[in-house]
Amino acid sequence: MRSRDLYSLLLIAIVAGVALFINFAPSQSFLGRDVRFRLGLDLQGGIQVLLQTTSATVTKDEMQTAAGVIERRINGLGVGETVVQVAGNNRIIVELPGVENPDQAVETLRGTGRLEFIDSQGQYILTGTLVRTTGNPNPAAKLTNTNPVSGTATLTPTVATGPIYQSITDGKDLDTSAVLPSFSQGGTLGGIPAVAFAFKGNSARSLEQFTSANIGKPMCIVLDSTVVSCPRVNAALPNGSGIIETDNTESRDRILNQLKYGALPIPLGVETSRTVSATLGQDSVHTSVTAGIAGLIVVALFMVLFYRLPGFLSALALMIYTAISFAIYRLIPITLTLPGIAGFILSIGLAVDANVLIFARLREEYRRGRDIRTALELGFEESWPAIRDSNASTIITSIVLFLFGNSFGVSIIKGFAITLFLGIVVSLFTAIVVTRTFLRLAAPVFSERNAWLFGIDRRSTPSAEPATTAEAM
Amino acid sequence: MENLVRHRYWWFTISLLVILPGLYFLLLHPLITTGSFRIGLRPSIDFSGGSLWDLRFPGKLPADVDTNAIVDVFTKNGFEGALVQLSSATLDGKPAAEVLVRTRSLSTTDLNSEINTVFAALKTAFGEVTRERLENVGPTVSQESTRSAVIAVLGASLFILLYLTWAFRQAPHPLRYGVCALVAMLHDVLLVLGVAAILGTFFGLEVDALFLTALLTILSFSVHDTIVVFDRIRENLISQRSGEIFDNIVNHSIVQTLPRSINTQITTLFTLTALLLFGGQSIRNFVAILLIGLISGTYSSIFNAAQLLVVWEHREWQRWFRRDDQPTAVA
Repeated sequence: MRSRDLYSLLLIAIVAGVALFINFAPSQSFLGRDVRFRLGLDLQGGIQVLLQTTSATVTKDEMQTAAGVIERRINGLGVGETVVQVAGNNRIIVELPGVENPDQAVETLRGTGRLEFIDSQGQYILTGTLVRTTGNPNPAAKLTNTNPVSGTATLTPTVATGPIYQSITDGKDLDTSAVLPSFSQGGTLGGIPAVAFAFKGNSARSLEQFTSANIGKPMCIVLDSTVVSCPRVNAALPNGSGIIETDNTESRDRILNQLKYGALPIPLGVETSRTVSATLGQDSVHTSVTAGIAGLIVVALFMVLFYRLPGFLSALALMIYTAISFAIYRLIPITLTLPGIAGFILSIGLAVDANVLIFARLREEYRRGRDIRTALELGFEESWPAIRDSNASTIITSIVLFLFGNSFGVSIIKGFAITLFLGIVVSLFTAIVVTRTFLRLAAPVFSERNAWLFGIDRRSTPSAEPATTAEAM
Repeated sequence: MENLVRHRYWWFTISLLVILPGLYFLLLHPLITTGSFRIGLRPSIDFSGGSLWDLRFPGKLPADVDTNAIVDVFTKNGFEGALVQLSSATLDGKPAAEVLVRTRSLSTTDLNSEINTVFAALKTAFGEVTRERLENVGPTVSQESTRSAVIAVLGASLFILLYLTWAFRQAPHPLRYGVCALVAMLHDVLLVLGVAAILGTFFGLEVDALFLTALLTILSFSVHDTIVVFDRIRENLISQRSGEIFDNIVNHSIVQTLPRSINTQITTLFTLTALLLFGGQSIRNFVAILLIGLISGTYSSIFNAAQLLVVWEHREWQRWFRRDDQPTAVA
């Protein structure tokens, strides 16, 4: 037993150990990272919406602002692990896992923002808190669905509890043309960054009344039922117009945008939407897990029966392969979709292919009269070019698939491409490094008498004979 | 030793016989039946745009649901030409009728009212209805997807050709290996497209993004298999004894790699069969197409790709139309 093999074994043990730890980590976290499996919308149910502007000219800034507004509205709804991203020049992708009521969710995304000033009863409410107001007493009801969400779905409670605060103003009375960047009057040169605003109609009157009665007390600004900030009332606001002092220019801009563009800055239409119910997703999870386990067992059995001890060792390597793959999915993290799982199960077949190539070569070399150790090394060496070239072509294909899968309409392909790609890379490690180390360590056990254990014999078969010209015709 | 190379024209004939019916349904059948040319595949909403409603009727069996009545409901609510497909499924462990309805794509601005109207009407007509899936693909996205699909197939082919030519640079005529691998790949693409056309014509199989994924996987596996055989040819060419003819080297290489080809095929068949049996409804077509394609891929790498190298070596096409010459290997 050479020390190099022992080092390899140690490396394999460490890698496998870390992988197993990640897979079975009790707190589902590893080095501070959340290592739960991420399930795609097709597996846990949810909504994916592609919004596209209907106006011809849109700037990048407008798209970003719109995405920001949508993101804030979604966060206000309390749905976990949402995705909001700008795609291309004029599109926004929104993913809402676990949400089942697409019509209302879409309405929330596309609807107008709602700005309110509320009477917080003298309290400073934390920014980002979801509150109930008389203007909108049950904000979360927007997303409650008729079907109860299954246990696998991650849907945080969407119903805000707590008191219902009195709305002082009505969002539709805000005069957005009067919302401007400003500086606090009390400031020195440059002053304190602030936002000027003005209300109209009834809201202007009630705001004036409230502020004159509550000088020195806080008053909260609420946008889409989420607290934006709770400034202190410094003076009465005549005619419902005034300024909001902010900490710095960044938060000034944020509040300015929210007030001015509470409504989306650009008109958005729903170009594409996909909705999957949680029950359908759960069915898919069950069936794919069953398929995966069945596939693994059958392949492992086949390898053991056909290749005996080497087959058993490669089945062991296959288990390590599975553990490493899952650990990587959890660590990166990779969102698992149905095609993604199919890609993984398919890559099980690929993972043993390298071993099949090697073992076939090992048998050949042994029949040519080599001793087991030489046959082993030759088996690995000579099958390497074939393994390298065939896997390289599959890697090329998976990269092309990945790049092409980025196009939105076929985004499910991306999941397949990623798991296939990772499958090849990991299987190259397990089928070559792991199996080779195992076999080298097992080689001293070998003798002529237990040759059956290795599934090899010196019986000459035609395929092992070199070609001769006499055979040809 | 069985001489596989000697019978190469038989292998080509088998390929043609398997591919031709599919080609008929892919190219000629639509022309004959409708009088105008189009590709005989049924594009799904991924490529043609439209929406797909996956509805379930709890407590009802497929026999209880009248598809015409469903079409009526959709037609009355602004979705003319709805295509309805009925099957059985389970809902919370109980049997339920499942209905897939394909319609035009939803309005981009007013989709909620469209959806709600249809559901209200369905509830009035049939009682309880649950929505399992609702996919809606607009026209611009579907056009982009189609374009991306074509680019993906061509791009993958080009890169594989380049890689193979490079990988086999030490063998004489490296370009031949790439070209022959691509021809074998084309064999598999045509076969799979043909099968999809036949299934589409008779059973309404749709070509969707998953089908495309299956096709691209088949391409890569086909090349994967071909490379294993080619690699053995390369190795045997480099270590050949003088005077050995090319046919024998190819034949010998095929026979040497046969156990591996069969075993790998078997393990892949196992995993795919597991997926087919337990993998759920939504990927069943995907797996079935993969299964057909992978068998075709193994066949084409042994019986087409390697054999084509021999045909090319002898430039046999020069003799194809001369009667006096037998199209067999020159000893």
